[in-house]
Amino acid sequence: MREKILTYIEHNSKIDLSDLAMMLGCDQATVMNELEAMENEHIICGYPTLINWEKASVEKVSALIEVRVTPQRGMGFDKVAERIYNYPEVDAVYLISGSYDFMVSIEGHTLREVADFVSAKLSPLDSVLSTQTNFVLKKYKDHGIIMAEKHVDEREKVSL
Amino acid sequence: MRNPLNQTITEIKPSGIRKFFDIVAEMPEAISLGVGEPDFDTPWKVRDEAIYSLERGRTFYTSNSGLKELRVEIADFLKRHYGLEYNPLTEMLMTVGGSEGIDIALRAMLDPGDEVLIPQPCYVSYEPCTILAGGVPVPIALKEENEFRLKPDELEAAITDKTKILIMPFPNNPTGAVMEKADLEPIVELVKKYDLFVLTDEIYGELTYTGEGHVSIASFPGMKERTIYINGFSKSHAMTGWRLGYVCAPELIIKQMTKIHQFAIMCAPTTSQYAAVTAIRDCDDDVAQMREEYNDRRRYLLNRFKKMGIKCFEPYGAFYIFPSIAEFGMSSEEFCTRLLREKEVAVVPGTAFGDSGEGNVRISYAYSLESLKRAMDRIEEFIEELRKS
Ligand SMILES: Cc1ncc(COP(=O)(O)O)c(C=O)c1O
Repeated sequence: MREKILTYIEHNSKIDLSDLAMMLGCDQATVMNELEAMENEHIICGYPTLINWEKASVEKVSALIEVRVTPQRGMGFDKVAERIYNYPEVDAVYLISGSYDFMVSIEGHTLREVADFVSAKLSPLDSVLSTQTNFVLKKYKDHGIIMAEKHVDEREKVSL
Repeated sequence: MRNPLNQTITEIKPSGIRKFFDIVAEMPEAISLGVGEPDFDTPWKVRDEAIYSLERGRTFYTSNSGLKELRVEIADFLKRHYGLEYNPLTEMLMTVGGSEGIDIALRAMLDPGDEVLIPQPCYVSYEPCTILAGGVPVPIALKEENEFRLKPDELEAAITDKTKILIMPFPNNPTGAVMEKADLEPIVELVKKYDLFVLTDEIYGELTYTGEGHVSIASFPGMKERTIYINGFSKSHAMTGWRLGYVCAPELIIKQMTKIHQFAIMCAPTTSQYAAVTAIRDCDDDVAQMREEYNDRRRYLLNRFKKMGIKCFEPYGAFYIFPSIAEFGMSSEEFCTRLLREKEVAVVPGTAFGDSGEGNVRISYAYSLESLKRAMDRIEEFIEELRKS
């Protein structure tokens, strides 16, 4: 039940709860209770919206930054991650297996802004050994949704 | 000039609801819940395999029976899913959709005057294919009170000494009805008692929402030798346009069918066959995911109709729901035409699938939730207006 609810709202957080209830074969109150419980348990962490900023003609620059760090004694990577994710410019931080430690996704209005963040804030952190900044040139797909095209139904209207 | 046409084909009447289709064609803005094919795209890995096969230049005919590798995978699939055991080399033929399988099975088996029992409402091709093969179609009118399942007394009443084949169109288009194991048992007994053959169209077999899952009539003891099993990729794998299906049957029947296929068709589409190897081998999860989504939509529609107070039995298969509109005192076609004209929603009159579909309409849930919701809101309005007037 929870997994089903999560799967649906992951793709459409605006889904009508009475519709969802009808699909799951339960009543609306049950769905609402589950949602509230999952919000309280922080299983559901938020309801953001996926936006194609390019279409909205708003300048946005995003970058994926590979960061190598020295973990701090007794606290491993978590403390370092906290130093990084508390910056509001930072969109996402992942601890990564492989040749570097963190993947940091950041979003700014200009190239300059992003570059400044890296050189003035990220790199100088004590535990940061090195960074490599990869600017995103084009977003094709995000959160399972293809950004470029809107799906059109090309089937015949009626078939037997 | 002499009449250029064959008498049999000219006497077959075109679909009874031609007029309705013409109106649909005039209304491009209408919302449709009228299609008989999946809304999902073919899984990408299947499309990718097709592209790869083209890149490799695999553009020749395959053997008449179809790619051996594919037939071996299908045999494995049928065993895995339905407990059916077919020899992929001698008891299987790849066809151009399930459609071709239905056609050539009837042509390979019928002599003039042989009767074919066709439980209706059902898909529209059995009757004309029977006639074109020289057979005599004998409809069996299924009843809503039985959830449109075939009952043994209905079957027995229709059997004569000319009866040769029983068509088993389950899971059913347009009703969504299924035949569970307990429903099939008495049918199997009669088939054996009267020495009939069964042409079972299980093209929707993977789309079954019962606890026990789909049960094939071919899996009953003693039935394999009297069953022609039709399946394909159109519905289960969202591959309608690829035109690929298959038939499994006793070797002596497959042999004759292969002759017709060889001369009329040559072989099923090569690119589709290569892609289908991936579909049948690697796509159980994709199919399961589609099935789950169909099932959610099915529940959604059932609940919407329940709220509206519309009589509707629970369908356990395919992607159709078949509510009753008898309370409004008009024919199915009239109901659909008015719904289309007044609310711009297209659904299909039950009578498109046989006279016993009168009083019901077919609603397809091969649509996104948003489309279903939009259309159902309009249907609800329509029904409220009808009830007031
Ligand atoms: C019950 C049934 N059988 C067979 C077919 C034919 O399918 P295909 O030729 O695409 O395999 C259809 C298509 O709508 C159908 O509904």
